[in-house]
Amino acid sequence: MGIDIKIPIGLMFTILGLLLTVYGFFTRLDSTLYERSLGINVNLWSGLLMLFFGLIMMFFGLLSRKSKSS
Amino acid sequence: MVNTGFVLSWIDYLIMIIYFVFVIGIGWALKKYMKDANAFLEAGRAMPAWVAGLAFISTNLGALEVMGMTGSGLKYGMLTTHFYWVGAIPAMVFLAIFMMPFYYGSKARSVPEYLKLRYDEKTRGLNAGLFALMTILASGISMYALAILMQKVLGWNFHLSLVLSAAIVLGYTYLGGLSSAIYNEVLQFFIILIGLLPVVLLSLKDVGGWHGLQQSLAPIVTAKGFAPDAWTTTWKYTGSSTSNPMGVEWYGIFAGLGFVLSFGYWCTNFLIVQRAMSAKSTTAARNTPLIGAIPKMFIPFLLIVPGIVALVLLNSPGKNFSLPLNDAGQPIYDYTIIMLLKQYLPAGVLGLGVTALLASFMSGMAGNVSAFNTVWTYDIYQSYIRPTTGDKAGDDRHYLKVGRMATIFGVVLSIAAAYLASLFGNIMDFLQTIFSMVNAPLFAVIFLGMFWKKATGHAAFTGLLLGFAIALLHHGLTYPLGANTLVKGGWICHLHAYPVEMAQNFWTAIFACSASAVLTVVLSYLTVQKKPDEELKGLVYSLTPRLSEESVPWYRRSVTLAIIVLVMVSILTILFW
Repeated sequence: MGIDIKIPIGLMFTILGLLLTVYGFFTRLDSTLYERSLGINVNLWSGLLMLFFGLIMMFFGLLSRKSKSS
Repeated sequence: MVNTGFVLSWIDYLIMIIYFVFVIGIGWALKKYMKDANAFLEAGRAMPAWVAGLAFISTNLGALEVMGMTGSGLKYGMLTTHFYWVGAIPAMVFLAIFMMPFYYGSKARSVPEYLKLRYDEKTRGLNAGLFALMTILASGISMYALAILMQKVLGWNFHLSLVLSAAIVLGYTYLGGLSSAIYNEVLQFFIILIGLLPVVLLSLKDVGGWHGLQQSLAPIVTAKGFAPDAWTTTWKYTGSSTSNPMGVEWYGIFAGLGFVLSFGYWCTNFLIVQRAMSAKSTTAARNTPLIGAIPKMFIPFLLIVPGIVALVLLNSPGKNFSLPLNDAGQPIYDYTIIMLLKQYLPAGVLGLGVTALLASFMSGMAGNVSAFNTVWTYDIYQSYIRPTTGDKAGDDRHYLKVGRMATIFGVVLSIAAAYLASLFGNIMDFLQTIFSMVNAPLFAVIFLGMFWKKATGHAAFTGLLLGFAIALLHHGLTYPLGANTLVKGGWICHLHAYPVEMAQNFWTAIFACSASAVLTVVLSYLTVQKKPDEELKGLVYSLTPRLSEESVPWYRRSVTLAIIVLVMVSILTILFW
């Protein structure tokens, strides 16, 4: 129906992923922040995972849009 | 009183806001396609199987499930996986292979409408009325739970949280109807998955992985009087009801959960079936529950395993982990997942985790509202208030308007139900018991309808009512040990005591389903089948031409997928035996 959900999902996870990656990168030296997460920079890792997932969704979304229009 | 409050920072709120912008945005983008009732209430029957499949399990992945399953993981350990591996998965496979062709192929637009086509008007009326009432109450309960959560965790005002969450759900379901609910459920599925994943990994790492978890559990569990591995096995201690924490024997699990409760829920609940009915073709409709089954069988690792870790944390004073207590001084097990989020997540992913919880509440609510408006419009309004006229285009516009109004009406009634739930704390437990009493006989009646052409309308109607009455009677005669309110049962007399509440629920459902099935069969022989064979074509197994999947490549056939699902679930069962 109308829209291809892969594109909004991809877009949202790309944005959230970028946000968390950047936040994780700038807070990487803040050991009190990551004390709870056993010293792991969980923002950076989650961010990268979401970014990766978002880009894959976008890729497939754009791929099927292209094959539909041609 | 443990402080459940979170300190959220700007990044957490930013994540939440971005998510809600997308949620509303999807509804907005779909607005222009909502031209008639079919598009609005049935998503135009155009969904790809993977979208419908993820929505199918996401509707069920409401907050009551997310919070409840983690709490059950703490209480019962890996035995909770029975809800998935012997409960949901076989039922989903059965729905896909045997029932979907009739639901989808009959062109019925809802489960009550299938009952009308197969049996008669009164059976449909009974089911539609009960379903409409139950969905509103369920959506009200989930709204209430959400508002309480936001009050406790985020420190927001209860009334404001209630109205705000209702407004968001109303916003996207009003704009884009069922399509919007389904697309958002897919989005919610991924955010729940990614939002909760860090908790699973961090909590497991904290106790030294799966083996560390087993070792730390042993002394805690032996102190409770169980075998050291009682929390990390599934079937091993189900030989007698006293040696496992759930208090049920293997046959109780098999019949109660594996058969009656799960089949009653997954195969007859329109809220769930509606997702598969929105698929674009018969094959897609059949594949919907099967595609959903694959992630579904791994959800225990996301929800139950952290709950088990929480049991270890509760018994390790150095970890500073505790659950909030209710007024009676009992720990609130449902808050386990929230306390785990607080324990492990720093600002950033914490916002993601809270967003995942909010998403799960909304998917439950939106599912209820979008099922309510369909049943209201087609099975109540169109059948009893204003039937179709000759003017097709006029009708389409009219029923679209009614569907939209029903959406607003449904949300407003849900808010009222939420306030009702806030007045009577116990009513939530009571209603959930009632829901399972209604579903179990319904499964017997639909099952007989699909596979036995002699089943008659009068018999089905009486079977539904009697099954419910038997369930009620069983609930009144038995009670779980340690029950202190009549809501838990035993309000007639104390004939039999079950070790735990769950065992009582299983047996209530087993009795209700069998009574309903026996009565429907007996009465079908005593009454006359008014529907000629011709009318039952496509509705009953023996009168429907076999579905040929020859044109579909073998790897896309439902049967192939079903076998893959069953093999995977068997492997999981053996691994965690």
